[in-house]
Parts: sequence; C-alpha cells; structure tokens
Amino acid sequence: MREATGPEATAVPESLRRSVEAFLFREARLADEHAYGEWEALWTDDALYWVPAADDTDPMAHMSVIHDNRRRIMTRIKQLETGKRLAQAPPSRLRRMITNVEIAAPVDGADLEVQANFVVYEARESGTRSWAGRVTYRLRAHNGEWLLSYKKVDLVDRPWNLPTLAFLI
Amino acid sequence: MDAHHIDALIEPTRVHGSLYTDPEIFAAELETIWYQTWVYVGHESEVPAANDYVRKNIGPQDVIMVRGADGVVRLMLNRCSHRGNKVCTEASGNSGTFRCPYHGWNFRTTGELIGYPYPEGYGGRGQLDLGLAQVARVASHEGFVFGSLSPDGPPLAEHLGDAAGELTRLTKLSPTGELDLSTGWLRHSAKANWKFIHENETDGYHPQFVHGSIFSVADSGIGALYSENSTAVTRDLGNGHSENDLRPEFRRLGQPLGWFGTTADRLPDYVAAMQTRHGDATDEILIEGAPHVMIFPNLFVAEISIFVLQPLAVDHTVQHVTAVQFKGAPDINKRMLQQCIGSVGPAGLLLADDSEMYERNQIGVGQRSPEWLDIRRGIDRETTDEHGHLIGGATDETGMRAFWSHYRELMTHA
Repeated sequence: MREATGPEATAVPESLRRSVEAFLFREARLADEHAYGEWEALWTDDALYWVPAADDTDPMAHMSVIHDNRRRIMTRIKQLETGKRLAQAPPSRLRRMITNVEIAAPVDGADLEVQANFVVYEARESGTRSWAGRVTYRLRAHNGEWLLSYKKVDLVDRPWNLPTLAFLI
Repeated sequence: MDAHHIDALIEPTRVHGSLYTDPEIFAAELETIWYQTWVYVGHESEVPAANDYVRKNIGPQDVIMVRGADGVVRLMLNRCSHRGNKVCTEASGNSGTFRCPYHGWNFRTTGELIGYPYPEGYGGRGQLDLGLAQVARVASHEGFVFGSLSPDGPPLAEHLGDAAGELTRLTKLSPTGELDLSTGWLRHSAKANWKFIHENETDGYHPQFVHGSIFSVADSGIGALYSENSTAVTRDLGNGHSENDLRPEFRRLGQPLGWFGTTADRLPDYVAAMQTRHGDATDEILIEGAPHVMIFPNLFVAEISIFVLQPLAVDHTVQHVTAVQFKGAPDINKRMLQQCIGSVGPAGLLLADDSEMYERNQIGVGQRSPEWLDIRRGIDRETTDEHGHLIGGATDETGMRAFWSHYRELMTHA
C-alpha cells in the first residue's frame, strides 16, 4: 500500500479557496482555448512544468513526458504559435474539468501548494480521447495575483502506451 | 501469404499501399520477420545485477529479459507453461524466481521449472519438464541484446554487418566504453504501420518540413544538416539497415561536440575523461559524434536517443524511447537526458510531429488511389562508397530503398 500523497486536509479561508480555484479554472481555460501568450504569462521566471513518465521518478535522472524549465516552456509556446506544430495543426479541441481541489495550509514566504483532479476531452479529426490525472500546482502571490511556479501532471495511464500529447495539459 | 503476391507489391521506385494496410501481410511479417530474424530487445545495462529483470517485447510477444545468477542475460516469453498466465507482471525488478499467480508454479531466472504446489497430482516433485519458453537465439553487440525466435538463421554479426560499427561508434563516445540505459522509457503509441516509422527514421527529406516549426524557433543546427546543400549522405548499410551519415557536415564544422550543439569547454569533465581514454583520437571522435542509424527491423539510434519499434497491429505501433547515457559521464548525461526529453515521446518537440505524420500516412493509404507510394528520390544520383555501400544525398530515399530491398528478400524467399 502507498502513503496518501495529498496536502494535509486543512480548512483554508473561503476567500483563498475562491481565488485559487479561479486561477486554476482560468489556467485550464487558456490551455483549452490555445491562448498561448496568456497561458505563458501565468508562469514565474523560475517555473517548472513536469509530466512524469513513471511513479517516484527524479526528472534529472529519468525520462519524463514533459520536463520544461521556463526557457523550454517558451520554446514550446513559440513552436505552437508558428501554427506549424503539425501535431497541433489543426489544434485539438479541448475542454477539461478541474475538481477535488485541495489546498495546503499557507506557509509565509513559500509558494502555495494545491492539488486537483482533472479530466480533459481531446477531440481531433482522428478521434476523441480523454486524459485524466492529478495536478500539483504551486502558486505564488505577485502584485495581488497568482502566478504559477510549478505544475506537475500525474497521468493515471502513464505506465502504459500513450498517444501523442501535443496540447498544453 | 503468397510470396508472389508480395513480390508484385514492391518495385524499385514504388511500393504498394496495401503493404501498410493488409492484415494478412502484417501476419506474414510477424512470422517471417519479427519471429525469425534478429530483433533488438534490450540493453545489458538495464539488468546490471544478478536476478534483475525487465519486461521487453518482440512485436506483440511479451518478453522477459533477465540476468541469471550466473550473470548470463536470457530472454524468455512471459507465459506460464501450465495455463498460459503471465509469470511476470511488473515492468522491472529483481527476483530469483518467477511465480505464476494462477496456480503457484515457480520458475528460475533460467526459465527452469522449480516446482508446483500439491505435487502428488503430477506423481510427485520434479516430474514435469515444462520450463518457460526461451527466445531461441540471444546475442549481443556492445551491450545491445538481440533475440531471434528462430533457432536457425545467420548469426547476429552477419545480420548487423556494417551497422555494428555504428553501435561501436556510439559506445566510443562513452569515456568508459559503456552505455548505461537506465533512465526509463517513454512508450509512444501511433496508429500507424511500423514500416512508416522505419522508413521515416533515415528520411532526410522530411525534417525541414515536419520539424520546420521547431527549427524556426529554437537555435538548432539540425535543419541545415538535411538541406539540399548538405554534404551529409544517406547510406544503405545492407540487410535493411540504413543511416544518415552526418559526419561530412560535422567534419566541415570541425568542432568537438558540435554534433551535440555545444563546445568542449562546456563539458570539461567529459572531455577530460575522453582524452584519458582516447588520447590524440579524442578530437576526431568528438567531432564526428553519434550515429543516426536504423537497424532493421526495430532499433533506431538517433544520436542522443534510442528508439525501439514494437508493431502491435497492421495500423498500430509503439515507439519505446530512452536517452543515450554514457557510464561515468554525469555532466554530458544530464544534458543528453534533458535534450532527449525535450525532443522525443508523446509531447516531444520533434517526435510528436513525426507521429502525426505517421498517423496521417496511415489514413492516407486507406484512400483508393493512387495505389502506390513513391520511393525514387535520388535514385539516379546514388554512388557506391569505399565499402561497397550505396550512398545517396542527404535528402534522398536511399534508406527506404535499402529497407524495401531487404524486406522483399525476406518476405519472398521464406
């Protein structure tokens, strides 16, 4: 059996929950709608966008599906913005659900850790498939808004064969 | 499958679309190619210690690669000799035995049946000679382990021919002379026939178009290697193997580690270790870099990435991919791993687009006409090199013709 991995269940102020959820929903919508520039602007300069390929891996020692530092996030976005990233030309039609949001107790001076489940429906001419998993976000308060410093996407089906994943998950 | 039927589908400058879509041809390929010839299975570094095992494959066959207590690497089919259940369900691990969960039959890492519960039902212990099925022939080159499900056929060295030298060239870039493929694998699924992927690997014509999006935004020198003015060549290495030999371009550049988009001063520990091992030859080795070679039918070394093709159905192939890592070279390993992750797999900045092309090709060949695919590019400007290998230009379809020539020989002379 495994240890539970989520943040400690804590009661956070309702206003904090609302602002966090609003941020997660906006991030999801920008990704769904291929609003690349606005999505990229959500990230901090020291950001990390990580989709592990296996359980319990070290991204500096093991293969990952995505392991983008800020510079590679920029490259990924620039490539999509050419309109010639063939795996996304035409872009997938996407809508995702974000749910089961759990917020860790805030720690002064540290990024706020949040987890949520997601399901994405990805429709392309070749067919529709769903992706599901749990996301760990780290949010940083900046000028009264949230920025994203970390997004780790734990796909439920990562131990097995995965099709192309060229949209922003 | 009638050999004459296949023969009629392969011509010097074109191949018939049904080769990619006919389930009967796919079934014949499994029997004649995948279950007969040498197929790459795994690397010795994936099972470094006694009793280490990893699940591998030969096409749809589920294969256990295990290092026995005697140090020997064996390949066995993952099928209990009693009722056919899986004896190994983990992707990897370390175990001195494989125990079938269905009725508790227990096997050594050599495949030998150790025992079965309630032995009186079989007249006592040790009454059954029912080990796990072994892959009939196992051989390795530079740690690359190949298996053949047929007891007969040419030895591995003959099958690899001059492609063996490309694997040697890769390991020469390791300061210890050894690879360490231990970073795990991505498993990228494509709804496409395996041959589209095989053909694409040394197709120097597509990068400027399929990868134009990333070349235009990342500071990559790759694009120029595959331009019409490139001095790189495409080589038919025989037995279906082919390569894009980029060394002419790297020699022209004359910069150690230029092939990896960096300079020697950025990786001082690695370069020093290489100099210790190779002395005066170091610069040449570091200038020429890593190979870009497709070894028939399923091992593709793309400089810093290693791909293994696994056909599952006529229109379904999985590409398993990992990063090249050199034993004892942490500084370059770290960079190769991160560059590989960025390039390959389901979200790779390069490979996601290749995969999109394979899938569109597969849909395309389902259309009724024209029935043929053209493979003539550069056929009239091929020459023969000093080793007797046919070479074409950087963007020519010499590699595809190499594949089809060998495929035809296997499929029509079985």
